[in-house]
Amino acid sequence: MTDAPVLIDEEELRKARTERIMSVLKWALPLGLLILSVIGWHYLVVTNDIPHYILPTPGRVFETLIKDWAILGPSLWNTMTLTVMGLAVAVIGGVGLAILFTQSRLVEYSLFPYAVILQVTPIVAVFPLINIYIDDITTKLLLCAWIVAFFPLLSNTTLGLNSTDHNLRNLFQLYGASRWQTLVHLQLPNALPYFLTGLRIAGGLALIGSVVAEFVAGTAGTGTGLATRIIESGFRLNISRLFACLLLISLSGIVIYLVTSLITHFMLRKWHESALKREN
Amino acid sequence: MTVKEGEFISLLGPSGCGKSTALRIMAGLGSTTKGTVDWTNKEDARNISFVFQEPTLMPWATVFKNVWLPLRLKGISKTSAYSEVMEALTMVGLEKFADAYPRELSGGMKMRVSIARALVTRPKLLLMDEPFAALDEITRLKLNDDLLELWQKLGWTVIFVTHSVYESVYLSTRIAVMAARPGRVIEEMKIGANYPRGEIFRTSQEYGDLARKASQSLHSAMNQQDHL
Repeated sequence: MTDAPVLIDEEELRKARTERIMSVLKWALPLGLLILSVIGWHYLVVTNDIPHYILPTPGRVFETLIKDWAILGPSLWNTMTLTVMGLAVAVIGGVGLAILFTQSRLVEYSLFPYAVILQVTPIVAVFPLINIYIDDITTKLLLCAWIVAFFPLLSNTTLGLNSTDHNLRNLFQLYGASRWQTLVHLQLPNALPYFLTGLRIAGGLALIGSVVAEFVAGTAGTGTGLATRIIESGFRLNISRLFACLLLISLSGIVIYLVTSLITHFMLRKWHESALKREN
Repeated sequence: MTVKEGEFISLLGPSGCGKSTALRIMAGLGSTTKGTVDWTNKEDARNISFVFQEPTLMPWATVFKNVWLPLRLKGISKTSAYSEVMEALTMVGLEKFADAYPRELSGGMKMRVSIARALVTRPKLLLMDEPFAALDEITRLKLNDDLLELWQKLGWTVIFVTHSVYESVYLSTRIAVMAARPGRVIEEMKIGANYPRGEIFRTSQEYGDLARKASQSLHSAMNQQDHL
């Protein structure tokens, strides 16, 4: 070790310290709040002697989660598969339509209003019709998840495909690029950040879509997803299991959000402004 | 206006006089209201490169891939384009930055990448639309010298749009001064000074005289209602 002059002054040290504290607080604060609310919930139930069929203690919910895993596990699996499949179909449909739209204005003019109509009509209102026309339960639910999730993908990807740099477009034209080359080398990469934003929104929506669809399908379904379990638990006043189901759905949503955020990070970290760390 | 092979022509004029438009028409990117572009050799019309005012790089692609683009669009694979791309990057002094992304480069370096992309197709005609206008003085002077060196080495014809009198005098064999409403060439000036031009030319009496003359003709190009 040498006694070289250290080029850090008091202020910089303070700045670094504040930054460290902030990065800890970012995690510690929400976590602390969670722990506090769980403790608060527990004492609220215990001190007021609330019966477990009205409001169970957090401990009891957790117990139920483990005890009923044989029932809840497969339901969670079913809901998640449906969500992921719905999202996948939404990606294919949304991106496919977006590409079609940018290839032909006429197609866009003809189809876009219908995409909006699909988006603004509440799925709950359309579902009875779907229920009548489609027999297969998986197809039925998948269609719902798709209708709910595809719009953000369609509109975001369309925007991304259309907002390429004007000069870059000219450059492609100058070098005699074909439609296909312009799409693959210019428009699709340009649309990637837009698409990923759409994906993050659609991920949450696909979960909502699949849960809502199962709710509306009700007992007509084979009764395997988390939504069916919630209805069932409600009827039987098995509130602990209902809470356990809710917990699982929230966790699924968080996992979907984290996964799509992670995908975004890895695909954009090398070049996109949103993924860059700036000093100031 | 006639452009001969191997010339370095500057289009000098106030904003709105149609310098950039003229350049775009030559590149085949716009249409004319009157007049035509004639080529002695029709093939040359397709052997053009364009450098925009902004570097116009694809942010998602590395420097190598950006320079490879014109060849890639012609269906040349990465391996067969490799030596040409690296040669172009070496010419602008960026061979070490092939794997960098545009955001990691300074403004001047991005412009060099843009020039490397323009020269990778070995164009006969290079069209430049105020390429250095957004750069700082020091970088601009350096790039001016580098551009002249490349021009002498590769025997291009260059048409260079600028609104800087000094830049146009320093670079060109000929200056076309343009005026607005309607956009037209009002005067052509020959710059006879020998190449390579350097610091000595830039500080010479001759350079000063030429700059004054170009400046006067630019002023006469501007009507009274024009604002700089």
